[in-house]
Amino acid sequence: MDTISVGPPRAGVGGDLADPRFWAAGAISTTIVMLIVLAFLTVDSLSVITAGGRNVPAYDVINRHIGYEFNWARHRDVPVIGGLEPLFGQTVTEAEAAALMEKGKLVIQSRACMDCHTFFGNGAYYAPDLTKSWLDPAWENIWMPMTGKATREAAMVEFLMHPDQYPTWNRRMPNLHLTEEEARATVAYLKWVSSVDTNGFPANFRTTKPDHAKQP
Amino acid sequence: MYRSQRLSLRYYTAAITLFGVMILFGLLSALYYVFPSMLFEVLNFSTSKILHIDTLVIWLLMAFLGAVYWYLPQELEHEVVGIRLAEATFWVFCAVVAVVAVVFLVVQIGDSTAFTLWFINQGRKYVEAPRWASIGVVVVMGVFAYNVVATCVKARRMTGVTWVLVLDLIPLLAVYMDAFPADENMSRDLYWWWWLVHMWVESTWEVLIGCIMAMVLMDVMGTSRRIVETWLYIEVMLVLGAGILGLGHHYFWIGTPEYWLSIGGFFSALEPLPLLGMVVHAVYDAGEHRLRTVNRPAFFWITTEAFLNFIGAGVWGFMMTLPQINLFSHGTQWTVSHGHFAFYGAYVCGVIAVFYVAKQKTSGVACLDDRFWKWGYGLLNIGMVGMVMGLLLAGITQAFYGRAIGGSTLMAFTQVSENPWFLSGIWARLLFGIVFAAGYVALVYDLLRKPRSNAVGAGEIAGAAT
Ligand code: HEM
Ligand code: HEM
Ligand SMILES: [Fe+2]
Repeated sequence: MDTISVGPPRAGVGGDLADPRFWAAGAISTTIVMLIVLAFLTVDSLSVITAGGRNVPAYDVINRHIGYEFNWARHRDVPVIGGLEPLFGQTVTEAEAAALMEKGKLVIQSRACMDCHTFFGNGAYYAPDLTKSWLDPAWENIWMPMTGKATREAAMVEFLMHPDQYPTWNRRMPNLHLTEEEARATVAYLKWVSSVDTNGFPANFRTTKPDHAKQP
Repeated sequence: MYRSQRLSLRYYTAAITLFGVMILFGLLSALYYVFPSMLFEVLNFSTSKILHIDTLVIWLLMAFLGAVYWYLPQELEHEVVGIRLAEATFWVFCAVVAVVAVVFLVVQIGDSTAFTLWFINQGRKYVEAPRWASIGVVVVMGVFAYNVVATCVKARRMTGVTWVLVLDLIPLLAVYMDAFPADENMSRDLYWWWWLVHMWVESTWEVLIGCIMAMVLMDVMGTSRRIVETWLYIEVMLVLGAGILGLGHHYFWIGTPEYWLSIGGFFSALEPLPLLGMVVHAVYDAGEHRLRTVNRPAFFWITTEAFLNFIGAGVWGFMMTLPQINLFSHGTQWTVSHGHFAFYGAYVCGVIAVFYVAKQKTSGVACLDDRFWKWGYGLLNIGMVGMVMGLLLAGITQAFYGRAIGGSTLMAFTQVSENPWFLSGIWARLLFGIVFAAGYVALVYDLLRKPRSNAVGAGEIAGAAT
């Protein structure tokens, strides 16, 4: 051991580049500056992503129509909140919507959805991204006919309760034993998630029946 | 030998065992991609994957604890304070891991209640372990932090490396508190979750492995402390200077404001710099000492750590860290390619070096240089590079066809998953995964076998071999 510094390293006077203490001081001050900047950005970001914030709609957005369209001014796809379109035909209050979200999120965590799927591209990659699942043309094109349900949300509930019975390809979703209440909360959750402004992720997502995509 | 070094041997044993479990579940997870109906509703992909990535976090953590328990008394020339408590918590740690593994395998999921979060599964990637177990991990880390700090105080001396280590313990523990919340707001949930995942792997662990690397270099090559510590400070400055705001590369698409596209893109693009610095450092030291070393396997692994940390984390990360590319590469096998390469390069290679340091010290040979270690070294590296190349091919295919052209719908996802480019990448991953597993077997065999005793002076034999 040829140098032992006792006490916290202090900056070398005049900044001698070969002096370890100069770099120790640099490391500490850089870190502190970055942490302060991060703290400010975090305060601002949290206000934007809290439900009701600029990018993340309040939970009762599930009473409305949600679209996803290309915005020329921002040059990316953005969610478009439209007129009334209550989920399951029932308008919910803010408190009811919040309770649904809490339930829906608990379903998602307790069944480990994100260990096969992704939300906003985060999770596992064995199954499709769920960010815009509510808007996926597959509900209309595949699952409504398959389940014989008249609405998208009814088809979603049916699928979520018995995914093993409605396979679309060789990877099947296992039955995770959702009750009807849990399935409905999950559908509400997916609808809300699709309304979050994600800076254009996923890009080029087509919400209407894509004519170029092959039917299975 | 210090008593805490015996504890670290125990930690190494547990870590290596879990490394094996991890590889087993990695191979199993890879098999679902080619045989999707395998074990359907018996053991689904999700469960297998949880076991794969949670054991990853735990075994690396155990190896880090082991490495610190190994080097701390040597640095401070003082036995670790509170060693009994540390020995007891080791068994607590093992018991917690075993119980959680059994619950994951047998119970797997629960219903949508707080009970599930407390006792079965939290369903948050990397930290799925139920809350009671996460509390167990906090206790273990708390005892560990106490050991380190108390030893420094009692020994009444500090080295530069120990200073960095002690300060790093604060964020290491603090961000782990992120393993508990269940926020109903997915955007906010992910916002904090990334503090844990990114700040661990790209900041606090990176600093920790920097300390460990510094100590290994002094140990196996006799590099001067002044040089090693100067480099360590520079690395810490750059790692944290770029990495803290580099966090922004995970805030492009989760609902967070647009300014993260520029901030995250800019700072994370700087993250490879310190990693390049480590390569320069390692090459410089190796040249300075003309590759003379008392421990060839440790020396090779630590040099490989420097290179593959730069390539796997730095280059592979840089490839997709700009938002223009990340928009399409995000959440594909491309991410998986980087995840594997980075974890392997940055951490696995480093801790294997530490295992070899321990092997040499326990067997008492003056110079460790058997032939056999090269098998583990070669097979593990070839296996990993083959895997990440296959995954890169699969990921680029997904980014092009599934995301850019297909637009990330269910149909786009299923179609690209049947694309021949994708499938060949996935098969390559599986086959090279088997090579990797063979490398693991060779590594374990080599670590356990008795080295040839070597009477020749260290410098001579290593010098002759180059
Ligand atoms: C035999 C070797 C291995 C195989 C076959 C394997 C396979 C897999 C598979 C199939 C996944 C799931 C990816 C997905 O969601 O689609 C995965 C995830 C992961 N594995 Fe491995 N793995 C192996 C070794 C390793 C090693 C050695 C490490 C660390 C050094 C590692 C770290 C990870 C990480 C970090 C993830 C999560 C990546 C992400 O989701 O982006 N794996 N692995
Ligand atoms: C030791 C260092 C590193 C490790 C262990 C590491 C590991 C990982 C892992 C496991 C993921 C996947 C996380 C998940 O979604 O589950 C990830 C994502 C990512 N990493 Fe790293 N990384 C490291 C350094 C870097 C660096 C230096 C950069 C940039 C230059 C980088 C850029 C990224 C980006 C952009 C993503 C997001 C990928 C996506 O959008 O899906 N990483 N990293
Ligand atoms: Fe990151």
